[in-house]
Amino acid sequence: MDHLGFIAAVYGVTFAVITALVVRTVLQGRELASKVADKDKPWT
Amino acid sequence: MEAQTFNARVATPTTRLVGAMSLVSMAWVVIGGLIVTPKDVNQGDAVRIMYVHVPTAWVAYLAFIVTAVASACWLLSRKHSMCFDRVAGASAEVGVIFMAMTLLSGSLWGRITWGTFWAWDPRLTTTAFLLVTYIGYLAVRGLGGSLEQRARRSAVIALLAVLEIPLVHFSVLMWRSLHQKASVLSGDGDIKMDGSMLTTLLVGVIGFTMTFAWLVMHRQRVLAMQDAMQMTQLDVALRERANESATESTDRVEGLK
Repeated sequence: MDHLGFIAAVYGVTFAVITALVVRTVLQGRELASKVADKDKPWT
Repeated sequence: MEAQTFNARVATPTTRLVGAMSLVSMAWVVIGGLIVTPKDVNQGDAVRIMYVHVPTAWVAYLAFIVTAVASACWLLSRKHSMCFDRVAGASAEVGVIFMAMTLLSGSLWGRITWGTFWAWDPRLTTTAFLLVTYIGYLAVRGLGGSLEQRARRSAVIALLAVLEIPLVHFSVLMWRSLHQKASVLSGDGDIKMDGSMLTTLLVGVIGFTMTFAWLVMHRQRVLAMQDAMQMTQLDVALRERANESATESTDRVEGLK
């Protein structure tokens, strides 16, 4: 495959950033959810 | 008095379903984009960047439009539901990250096809300007004040900032640009693209859109909990201050006696 480094960089960075964003959101959500009462969480 | 419960889960069956569908779509994009689809006649393997670059750009546009619509809903609704404001904020956060990824992937693609990482081209320049505008929007959201103040000032900015999107999108038509014009949404209905390439691109667009939906739903819930904690802390601070005032008044009365 030509330009493999560039293509791998695009795919690697994109999916790594999305994964990091998802993990951060889940961890932050769990931490806050254990401190905030269920009455303030309409989705529970 | 009713005992408070603390459920640590943020996900719901809907977000789990959206998340699972996103994962399947992303797997398709990676396999389809890197293995299944053929090389392009002119660009060779560099065309594989398209399966990531186009969906991230689409999601960034979508995110900023959602921010504007949610902001308009907040301004126009009688109840001024903070849910609209939080969706606007969550969508802008996700949009900024996807816009940055679009610029990065475009820059690497540009290095292969144009021989340079960056050119002061109309599409690239207006996209960078759009990114900076929404970073400013997020900075304004982070300023102090009440939740209503935050919602009002950021809603006004969001409604002004969204006007940049047509400028970015049509910049390739309005000015001479290195960036290619729209291939799929060209308007004449003639799509010159191999079937597997088009399918992978469409799955990418759908998959990234579902990822965006998942992220906004979860970020909106995180912001709701942050707002709830802020209000609780404010209530506690006000109660403490009221107690201090009451104690000071009692001491003063005792002193006068």
